[in-house]
Amino acid sequence: MSGCGMIIGAGVCYAARVSTTVPLPNSAPPRHAAVVRVTHWITVIAFFALLITGMEIVISHPRFYWGEVGNVMVQPAFTIPIPSSRGSVPTAYNFVMPDQNGWSRYLHFEAAWLLILTGLVYAVYSLGTGHFRRDLAPARGERSWRDYREVFGKTLRREKTDAAEASSYNPVQRAAYLVVIFGLIPFVIWTGLAMSPAFTAAMPWTVEALGGRQTARTLHFFVSWALVLFVVVHVAMISMAGFRSRMRAMVTGRAAVGEEA
Amino acid sequence: MKPVTRRRFMTVGIAATAGVAGVAVADRLARRYGLLPPDGGGVYGPGETLTYAAQTVLGRHSLAREFPRSMISAAPFLNPVAPPTDAFKRSQANGFADWRLAVDGMVAHPGSFSLADLKSMGTRSQITEVACEEGWSYIAEWIGTPLNDILREAGVHPQARYVAYFSIDHDWWDSLDMGDALHPQTLMTWGMNDGDLPVGFGGPLRMRVPRQLGYKNVKYITRLTVTDSMKGIRDGLGSAAPAGGYSWYAGI
Repeated sequence: MSGCGMIIGAGVCYAARVSTTVPLPNSAPPRHAAVVRVTHWITVIAFFALLITGMEIVISHPRFYWGEVGNVMVQPAFTIPIPSSRGSVPTAYNFVMPDQNGWSRYLHFEAAWLLILTGLVYAVYSLGTGHFRRDLAPARGERSWRDYREVFGKTLRREKTDAAEASSYNPVQRAAYLVVIFGLIPFVIWTGLAMSPAFTAAMPWTVEALGGRQTARTLHFFVSWALVLFVVVHVAMISMAGFRSRMRAMVTGRAAVGEEA
Repeated sequence: MKPVTRRRFMTVGIAATAGVAGVAVADRLARRYGLLPPDGGGVYGPGETLTYAAQTVLGRHSLAREFPRSMISAAPFLNPVAPPTDAFKRSQANGFADWRLAVDGMVAHPGSFSLADLKSMGTRSQITEVACEEGWSYIAEWIGTPLNDILREAGVHPQARYVAYFSIDHDWWDSLDMGDALHPQTLMTWGMNDGDLPVGFGGPLRMRVPRQLGYKNVKYITRLTVTDSMKGIRDGLGSAAPAGGYSWYAGI
């Protein structure tokens, strides 16, 4: 709850500072709105907290199954070839890792709340201001396959990004962000909730539609890696486009039009 | 300063004020309706409180999923526990004929029940999944006496809010709020898959709470304490779990 106050409080700080002490060049609006910047970085914090604690939890049972049940008496669909943090799990290693599940679980669920609440603030803001429609939906005249191929081609040829891309997203970027915002993140939350015994008691269809509790767990694992893949590509593309200018845009909001990184 | 920016500033300011006021109101309501978990303090307190409050509001009366008989796990995983105490071994040698479940605290009739007393009280069976926090799970049929029936027999005071339960192993105890304690699927279990509850699975008496994770299902129960606050019981955190780093509420 207090995190919400912090988000809004931080929003105030940004809005006040940007508008009073650092006039933007040519009175241009910020490259990224304050709400987008603050929710972006809170999401980064929540994501890494979830990723690290999620890995810790997986270590206690690095076996994955399809269907409703799965345990060491059941043939796994696949196993991650690492030692486990529990002696009761058979692995190829004669070694039991330190058990970090307690704080990992506390932090995993707290970070999940942070992600959900931040996502709600972002979603309400984006719907209210038209951020989704204006900045993320495929732009008019950029909806053909050729537009997408062009971005891949330019990227592979390592062509310099044109000036428009410093103030707007290209079609592939838009598609990637939409997949993450409306696909991967909702699905990772859904598959996570489908493992909660109390939540599935209240809403059994959330796990039944997936095909069982262990299927939910396995899909949760895969979607997490899909998100990691997104983050790796995202950071790589930002580095290619000019890491400093893109970071400045997402931290201070100042557009990098006409500047070289 | 441009007017648009001022309007933005004021909007955000009003939103922030509303947010702070909202948190204060939420805190008052959470206290009144018992939505704060016993381990709701510390850095992880906000997350725990949100989870517990949300699940309590969302599914006070919902039932855990039950499965067809064909889905009962052929070889359920037996989670190894600490070797039984000497007191346990003595009772086991006796066929658990002397096993007692004591009920004390905020009840009209404190006392104790033998296994035969419990079995004559009421029986319910359910085919539900045990899910461990580690990630594994299995399905079994659990047969027992609803905790609800035991509490009714003992006569719970209206101001009671929690039922603490203790294993014969001193270090193992836990508690449920009244919602979960009176829930129809919460069983003092003495049977499994049409037979007696094996010792490895918690026999002769195990708390079965299918809407929460495995670790709330404490084995070898000898005592129940009904209370209005967990503060005075052991470390005050409502369970042995928080001391070991785990959350009191395990419905996630």
